[in-house]
Order: sequence, then structure tokens, then C-alpha cells
Amino acid sequence: MASSTPAAEKPPVFEVASDQAVAQARAALDTHVMEMMAWHFHESTGCPFWLDYAKKLPFDPLRDVKSFADLRKFPPFEDEWLRGGPVRRWVPKGMADKPMYVFETGGTTGIPKSRVNHRDFRTDYEMFSDTLPEEFFPRGANWLMLGPSGPRRLRLSIEHLAQHRGGICFCVDLDPRWVIKLIQKGWMEHLEAYKQHCIDQAITILEAGHDVKCMFTTPKLLESLALALEKRGTTIRKMGITGIFSGGTEFTPQWTRFAVEELLDGAYMTPTYGNTLMGLAASRPVVPADGYTIAYYAPQPRAVVEVVDFDAPDTVVPYGGTGRVRLTTLTHETFIPGFLERDEGEREHPYVKYPWDGVSGVRPFRVLAASTTVGVY
Amino acid sequence: MHLPAWRFGKPYESIERTTLVHFLTGAPVAEVSQVGGALVGRDLQKAARAREALVALDPEDVVERLQTAGNLYAHGTVTVGGVKQSPDDFVRSQSATTGLPESLCRANMQKNMFVLSNMDRMLDALSRGLPPEVLWKGWGREQRGVVVSYQVQSPVLGLVLPSNSPGVHTLWLPVLALGVGLVMKPGGQEPWTPYRMAAAMVEAGVPADCIGLYPGATDVGAAILAGCRRSMIFGSAKTVEQYRGNPGVQVHGPGFSKIVLGDDCVDDWERYIDVMVESVAANSGRGCINASAIWASRHTEAIAAALADRLGPVAVKPPDDPEAKLAAFTIPGAAKAIWGQIEAGLKAPGVRHATATHGDRLVEGERCGWLRPVVVHCDSPEPEIAKAEYMFPFVTVVRCPQQRMLEAIGPTLVGTAITNDPAFQAQLTDCTHIDRLNLGPIPTTKLDWLQPHEGNIIDFLYRSRALQVPAAAAAAVS
Repeated sequence: MASSTPAAEKPPVFEVASDQAVAQARAALDTHVMEMMAWHFHESTGCPFWLDYAKKLPFDPLRDVKSFADLRKFPPFEDEWLRGGPVRRWVPKGMADKPMYVFETGGTTGIPKSRVNHRDFRTDYEMFSDTLPEEFFPRGANWLMLGPSGPRRLRLSIEHLAQHRGGICFCVDLDPRWVIKLIQKGWMEHLEAYKQHCIDQAITILEAGHDVKCMFTTPKLLESLALALEKRGTTIRKMGITGIFSGGTEFTPQWTRFAVEELLDGAYMTPTYGNTLMGLAASRPVVPADGYTIAYYAPQPRAVVEVVDFDAPDTVVPYGGTGRVRLTTLTHETFIPGFLERDEGEREHPYVKYPWDGVSGVRPFRVLAASTTVGVY
Repeated sequence: MHLPAWRFGKPYESIERTTLVHFLTGAPVAEVSQVGGALVGRDLQKAARAREALVALDPEDVVERLQTAGNLYAHGTVTVGGVKQSPDDFVRSQSATTGLPESLCRANMQKNMFVLSNMDRMLDALSRGLPPEVLWKGWGREQRGVVVSYQVQSPVLGLVLPSNSPGVHTLWLPVLALGVGLVMKPGGQEPWTPYRMAAAMVEAGVPADCIGLYPGATDVGAAILAGCRRSMIFGSAKTVEQYRGNPGVQVHGPGFSKIVLGDDCVDDWERYIDVMVESVAANSGRGCINASAIWASRHTEAIAAALADRLGPVAVKPPDDPEAKLAAFTIPGAAKAIWGQIEAGLKAPGVRHATATHGDRLVEGERCGWLRPVVVHCDSPEPEIAKAEYMFPFVTVVRCPQQRMLEAIGPTLVGTAITNDPAFQAQLTDCTHIDRLNLGPIPTTKLDWLQPHEGNIIDFLYRSRALQVPAAAAAAVS
């Protein structure tokens, strides 16, 4: 079995949140948890899945869960529950008449996991919008979304982010399920051609005079775009891009340093950690003085990320210690308690802007890593 | 010690590093910077400069500098990873992280030095006397007065190097002397040879900007294959299959090298037992040029028994013991897994384990494992194990009528044919699935460096094509 690494902590080089701010955030989280219990487990508002599930529980979520810590009473959330239908069982009765989206994750083989959405993705990205520096992500600027769309929520989310900030979003699609198949089949020439196909479309948009200043892309596509532009004697920055946001487990300190020093030509990049289940975790500023450490903070109280012991998932590791990422989602649209992600990382101190625990060094969970294809698009 | 990446002459220290540890003790030996594929891809956009730096020198100068580098590599103290490294330091480090006995590390050093020292003769042989300026300029006049053109196919050769056999490095040593730069992904456990060789070359005056060293994960290998128009990769039979038919990639996989005894010589098999032992066991049986099978129409039981008597007693010894002949499998569980495969193969009908009476073959250590030599007798070519190859002294002795041999032996990197029968020799010469052919009792591991290995490297890096100039211009070219 994997065992959690004991804390080997260096003094933080960022501004740590005060104890008071941490306590306030915790209290707000506890209040939010009670509000969510009242919504998800009340007969008039909860979704069929949780109302049915509650009947089998040895406790009453409405009465016995009064804090975030009380969520430990729930058995671990199994992501298999999200595969297959009927999809309506996840729609809270309280919003049964609202227009709903369904977003999927994974899905290269078998039935993908799905999550219903009314406007969570909009809320998540509006909150994320508040973390973007105006200097690099100016309001009114147009955006390029270069990445996976299809059944994922990313395209709609980025488009909403652009609109929320007064811009218009251009989109170039990449189908990650096909990319994974190309890799599994060993069709590397096709993979290269498909990547080139995406990059060519992106460059066409950037050259078309649309005043695109902001971009979402994946690390792999960012690399390819930067190299393709360099081949043409130009750079991402010279093409007008000032701000990029990107995400993925391959966002290592070394990759970020390489991107900052050699790919971006002064454009600002902010890493994010997110998925269909959680939403979007912003990062604290990534700086050389911090060894390009990338630390993410979940959009609490709507989602909470903990770093827990590999063998005892109810125990949070000490600061600086290594453990598995555990996610809790607490929105009116979705309740997911204590879901063990396929990632591991180190527990980070609360940051002044995000006075709750963060996670750094996020990478595929070592036990699952050998059988997972990551960082493909 | 920290080995940084080497970006065409510029050291680059990555934030990400791997720690290489001693295979027996687990003690740290060195840290190695790990870079990503995009960094390689970016540098490869300027690969043309590597060739430009080389062809700015006289070809004879490059050869001389490589000869000096060979001497420095084998005998000198060079700076590797900011640390002065003597040949003994190198041997200890290489043994510590690869599991290869120190005596074998030294033998491989000598082999590499031999190739560099004889670079002038080797180039002359491989190019069949072509004036080196032709490769430098792309065209020129041959000694017989004809204008010829050799067009370079890539300014650099990409190399995805293995961890398991320091012997393979001889393959890329002539490349700089052919006016082509080097972009290498060193083996994860064996960065030692590429780093020491590069340091020796630069110290000897080879331009630093014609060599790249990019340690990293699989994406570095993919970036090298995608970004270099000519690459060499070392891998399994599956890797070989993946790149089959790709003219830009030369794949070096399992060799399935063999010794074939003709009916005219097989009755004297005892005379050739030393050749067989050396072919199977040299360099701990790790190379693709080690014999993995011996084929004969009769006496196969006796041959297997004699080989078992010679090889069976070989025991595991500490890596610094001059008598150590067996390399360790440093990946946990690897030796046990291989032994499991062999045991399964031994259960087939017509298969007999000839070394069974010489004690356990699998030796498990705390952090690694060893396999002592295995000799297997097969009544026919049919059992699966007859075609097996493993990275330790493992050989099958296969009984097969001579007239069926060549259709049954399958791909053979080095084929030593012990026969004086002109008809059989003619069939062997025409047999297209034997790459290197030794006619006579020559160990499969004894390579003549003046002959091409798995295709002529010049044919891989250059294309002979037509180029016409007015007669006056041709006459002006030396």
C-alpha cells in the first residue's frame, strides 16, 4: 500500500491567512453545509438519488449534520454512481422545472461519468473571473478557447467567462477521447496531424484581426501553439495574447518555469485545477521565489479540497505532507461528499486570499497512475 | 552529483530531478535533471546549427578530435556534472546504477574507445573510400573522377538510448564525424556513457553546440522522434513493430542472434564450444549480439549438456569482483517475472532444462535480482521457448534438420554459421533475415567495426542522389 509522506515543511514564502480569517471561513463553511443538507435532503427540494440514499443511512442528514466535519458520517462517495442513468435522478426537485445541462467526464471506453448542471458552471466561472488580474485579462477583450468541448463543460464555461467579462469567445475544438484512442492505438502520426489541425485553426483565428487578448488552452496545446508560432518568427505575446489560463496535472513547477521563461514571451499564465465534479480551483501566484510551486485553492464553500492520508481517508495529512486529494462539492445543484480524486499532492497552508487549505504538486494518484493516460491534450 | 540537461552546449538545471541509487544499497549516486518534450521540441527548431558548427571545421579535424575524445573518455579525468570524474569513478557509477559488474563496464569502455580511436579507418570502410568533403558539402568528386552527391537527411541524429546495455553506444559514435549532430535521451539508469562521452568530446574540441542531452520521461523520446528527421530508438519487439516501415526511425530491438552448425561440421561440435560460450555469455548476455540459440541437426543434447557444464556454475558475485560475470536486474521483480516466463516455457513437450542440475537460477536480492545462465534443449524449433531471448546468458539448443534451418530460424541479427559446405554457405549468404553473417567459428559478439551494423549508418543519414554541374565546375572540385 502507498503510505502518506510525513510533513517535511519549508517556511511559506507567500502571505499565509490569519487564524481569524481561517476561523471565519470555517464557520461560513459549516453554515453552508447545514444549508446544503436542508436543500439536498428535504423531500421538496432534494434529488431522487440522495432522498433514496438517505433512507439507508444510519443517521439523518437534516438533523445530524451541522458542520463540515459531520460530513464524515457519509460513507465515501463512489464515482461509479455517476455512470449511467437515469440522469434525472440527480436533478434536485427544487429545480426540476429549470433548463438543465449534462456534462461528462472521461468516456474513452465505457459509460462516462455525468453531472447535471443548471448554472453552476456559470457561477464557478464568474467567481473565477474575480481572481483574474485586469492588466492581463482586460474586460471587453475577446477570447480564444483552444481545448476540449463536446460533452465537457469547458467550452460553455469559457464562453460564459468571456461574455461575463464583456468579450466574445472564439472556439477551436479538440476531442480528447479520440486523442486517447490515437495514443492507445500507437497512431502517433495521426496524433501529430490532429494536433496540427487544432493549432492551424488557432493560428488562423489569431491572425484574423479579431483582437483576441485572452485564451484558455491545455498545457500540451499551449506548447504546440508556442512552438508553431516560434517557427513563424512570432510569439504568443506578439500575436496579442496577454493572459492565458490553463489546467491539468502536467502543470508541474518545471513545466511552468519552462513556459514562463521560454513559451509565453511575457504573457501572463494562471494555472487552474478543476473538473466537471468540482468546478474550478484558482492558484496562488506562481513565482520563482516559491520554486514555481503551484498551489490550488478550491472555491470554498461551494467546493472543498482536502489532502488526506492514503490509507485513512478521514485523516487530513499535516501541512506539507503528501496524500490523496479528497473533494466535497456543496452547491444547490450538486452534493458530492468526500470523493477521493484520482490525484495526489501536498497539503498547503491557507493563503491570504483563500483562507482555507490548498493543495500543491497535484499529480496522478500513484496507485492509479500506471493505468491512466494523462496529459494527452 | 547533478547531471543537468545539455541544450546544445548550454547546461540546464531542471526543477524536476530523479535520483539514481545504488542497485544494492539504495544509496543515492546522482541526481539527473528531467526536462519535458516541449523543451526538446523548441531546441530542435535550431537543430540546423549543430551541423553548421560541425561543417565549419575540417572533417579530418573532427575525426582527430574524436580520437582525442576516445582517449580522454577511456583514460582521462573529465568534468561531468560539475565533478571531476576519473575512469574508475565512471565505472563505479555505471555499475552502481545499472547492475553491470565493473569488469564489464571497463570492457565496454574499451570497446567505445576502440571505435573512436579507429574512426578514420571506420569511416573509410563505411563510406567505401568517399572523400569526407562530399558529406560536408553534399557533393564532390569521387576518386574515380565522377561527381557524386550525398544529401544529408537530418542535421542531427536523435537517439533514445536504453538503460540496459552500455555496449550500444558504439553505434552513434561515428555520427559527428559524418557531419551530423547528436540529440540524445540518455537511458534512465545509464546516463553515464552519453554524459562522459559528451564531456570528453567537448574537452577535445568538438563544438559543444552540436550535442544535446535531454534526460526525461517518455515524452522526451516522443519529441526526439517527432523533431529529428533521423532517429535511433532501442526497445522491445513491440517498439520495433511500431516503427517498422518508418524510414526516419532505425529501431534496435531484440537481436535473436544465433549459431548454426552445418551438417559437415556438427560432428566436431566440441571444437566450437568456446565460441558458443562466448557468444552466449559475453557482457552478461545483455546484448542483441549475444547468441540466444544454437541450431544443429544432431548432437544437440550433448551440446546443451556441455554448455550447461560450462555456464551452469557461473555464480552471482559482487559487482567489484573481477570475476563477476552476471549483471543484476535492477527493476524490482523483473528477474522473478522473467524466470516465471522461462519456467512456463520449460513445461512444453520436447523441452528440457539442461542447467537444472546446477542449482537455482533465480537469485533474489533485497532490491534487485539475478538470473544465472540457463541452457534449454529443444527437440525441434516448434516450442515457444526455442525463439526466446532474454537479457542474461540464456540459450536454447535447437534440433532441426539443416534443410529446414533457414526457413525456421526467423530474424537473426548476427548469424554465425559453422560450415564449410559451399552450397549451405551460398544459402546462408542469400538468407535475407540474417543481418550480420559470420562464415566460420566467430563469436556472434565479435564485431568487425569496419563493417556496417544493422544497415550502413551513412545510408541512414545520407541519401545518394544525382547532382549535375557543368563540366568546368566539376573539374574544379577536388
